Amino acid sequence: MKKVIIGMGTCGMSAGAQQVYDRMQEILSENPGTFALSRTGCIGMCYREPLLEVREGDRRTIYGQVTPETAAGIFDSHVVKGKVFDGNVVYSLDGKGGDGGTEADFLRQQKRIVLRNCGTIDPESIDEYEAAGGYRALEKALRGMTPEKIVEEVKASGLRGRGGAGFPTGLKWSFAASYKADRKYVVCNADEGDPGAFMDRSVLESDPHAVLEGMIICGKAIGSDFGYIYCRAEYPMAIRRLNIAIEAARGKGYLGKDILGTGFNFDIKIKQGAGAFVCGEETALFASIEGQRGMPRIRPPFPAEKGLWQKPTNNNNVETYANVPWIISNGAAAFAAFGTEKSRGTKVFALAGKVVHGGLAEVPMGTTIHDLVFNIGGGIKAGRKFKAVQMGGPSGGCIPVELDNTPVDFESIPATGAIMGSGGMVVLDDTACMVEMARFFLDFTQSESCGKCTFCRIGTLRMLEILARIVGGEGESGDIEKLQELGRQIKEASLCGLGQTAPNPVLSTIRFYRNEYEAHIAEKRCPSSACSALVDFKINPEKCTGCTICAKNCPVNAISGKPKQTHVIDNSVCVKCGKCITSCNFDAVYKS
Amino acid sequence: MITTAGREENFNYRLWRYDGAPGELIPLLQSAQDHFGYVPRKAINYIAGVTGVPESEVYGVITFYSQFRLQPMGKYVIRACDGTACHVSGSRMIIDTIEDELGIEVGGTTEDGIFTLNTVACIGCCSLAPVIMINDETHGQLTPASVRKLLRELRRREKAAGQKAAAG
Repeated sequence: MKKVIIGMGTCGMSAGAQQVYDRMQEILSENPGTFALSRTGCIGMCYREPLLEVREGDRRTIYGQVTPETAAGIFDSHVVKGKVFDGNVVYSLDGKGGDGGTEADFLRQQKRIVLRNCGTIDPESIDEYEAAGGYRALEKALRGMTPEKIVEEVKASGLRGRGGAGFPTGLKWSFAASYKADRKYVVCNADEGDPGAFMDRSVLESDPHAVLEGMIICGKAIGSDFGYIYCRAEYPMAIRRLNIAIEAARGKGYLGKDILGTGFNFDIKIKQGAGAFVCGEETALFASIEGQRGMPRIRPPFPAEKGLWQKPTNNNNVETYANVPWIISNGAAAFAAFGTEKSRGTKVFALAGKVVHGGLAEVPMGTTIHDLVFNIGGGIKAGRKFKAVQMGGPSGGCIPVELDNTPVDFESIPATGAIMGSGGMVVLDDTACMVEMARFFLDFTQSESCGKCTFCRIGTLRMLEILARIVGGEGESGDIEKLQELGRQIKEASLCGLGQTAPNPVLSTIRFYRNEYEAHIAEKRCPSSACSALVDFKINPEKCTGCTICAKNCPVNAISGKPKQTHVIDNSVCVKCGKCITSCNFDAVYKS
Repeated sequence: MITTAGREENFNYRLWRYDGAPGELIPLLQSAQDHFGYVPRKAINYIAGVTGVPESEVYGVITFYSQFRLQPMGKYVIRACDGTACHVSGSRMIIDTIEDELGIEVGGTTEDGIFTLNTVACIGCCSLAPVIMINDETHGQLTPASVRKLLRELRRREKAAGQKAAAG
């Protein structure tokens, strides 16, 4: 029987997947027994959501941008008559190894280890996870491997922490394993706070069991019997599916006492974050689990010795744990075969911004930025010019188009002044002002600073003030040097990763786009026409209806024009407040 | 969706069940907010009494985390995304427009208690940028004009419902 599967991750839902699902359910109740209806997580093609798949054995046809109406069309044509519904096919597999569809390139160039089950199984069904090979690695680890052997295997795979710092995972595990204690903890950091990053959310929503399995194996390796998943409260669907997964795993004896009859005990509890970016820092995260304000503490002692509740703790992020079952099942050598010499395996990236194919892509380490943006991402929206990618979110930096042959790995990216980060990759086109980008990120870290270290708390504020002056057209000579000096001091004098990396966006944009800073300061000009205070406001005569609302809203009477005739802005009077743009009902006002 | 009665029971039950286990402060505050829509003075009182954590410290935790609110929210909670992808797609203009249309600033609630405006770092629908969420509904690819239209439509709907209630 044919199976109709609907992609129901957060991005699918916000594009209308629920309506499509409801319509399909209606059709099914009118035509009982004609097909089986199911759901899956994120396929990664966010730009084509909502996605609907018709599966028949190995044959898969994925339709994109499905509405309740097209869903009905797909039923009539594909499900009933066996004829592929025209127009919406984005990807298809013929079951004999061939593929097709308009978006085949997007998937063909990826190597999916972490995302192996994302978009193919129902995340709320443990049976489907098992059928896809799930919990086989756990069985292998518990029955056939000693804790030392597990640690060795993870070490040999070359897996490094996917949360951003890239610390070798096997080594981390061996530290936690080496301490003796009555209790040890396995912590999963799912507090994915970088704006523009949503890899972990998709994995939790689409394949929660993979993360649980990785954590249980880690528990065996380091000698722990309890794990916490610290998940953002902003991810309600991820939390719901994790809860379902934990219940199901307990029911099947993968969690709880005497797992698989081996005498090993392990259980997992979810802790919801309450909205604090700094809690992505591990010692702050522990403080938050303990019920306190999420503030970092001094290391050493490192978490492997004294972590959560002062007990030896191993903390990795979602993607790192999701890699573990694959490594145990397929062997360290198979994993190490991907990637570069020092960065093995794959990495998931969240492509966003001005790229045509925004979504999730998993590629071997060492793939170049150019390949990611153009071959997988499909290039720049609206045919504009590629300017830079911003990597690593507010802790990261911008990599300019001139360096777009940089391979993504833990050595090459930091060499440019950016960081790998957790995998957010925001593509910028020539309309982006780099000074304004730097101000934007600093604004974020400044308000998320927990306030413990003076340099981070006050230093970022001083930097932000200077940047606000520059984009406001009041920059002074010497500002750039002041920013660099402050940035250096903040990096050196902050306790945790937040402060140590907060100046990165500013420093990296000064490094590559110093001329833009200088244009703002010396010529009071924004080369990308983005900073309101430094550009002219104009009215598009083709869109203007002469409704007079902009003239009425203008605080300095800079707009003139008769009713029902095109209005004109006098830029010698204009104070660039932007009221005309926000008040126009026809989007006729623009900046140039 | 849990009913109001269910949630009330949940908060009371959670307080009652508290056995001194460490690390329960944040979950207790979350369930208070689930129930009341914000953390009222009284809830701080109760939680402090039951857990033995001083009220000042409870308050410190509440104000540290952006999830917790000390004021009730409007009927429609607007969460305007100002994540990176939305930012480069002009989210600032969208937020300015909402502030102007509703006459409130980010973090504020309209006098009639209908709208509350907050910003969030990322909703995760970057391909629909710029995006806002109004309660649980996501609206994407907005322009100043389209967001104004959206808000006016909601206002009209509220006004009509109010008149109907007054007449009926």
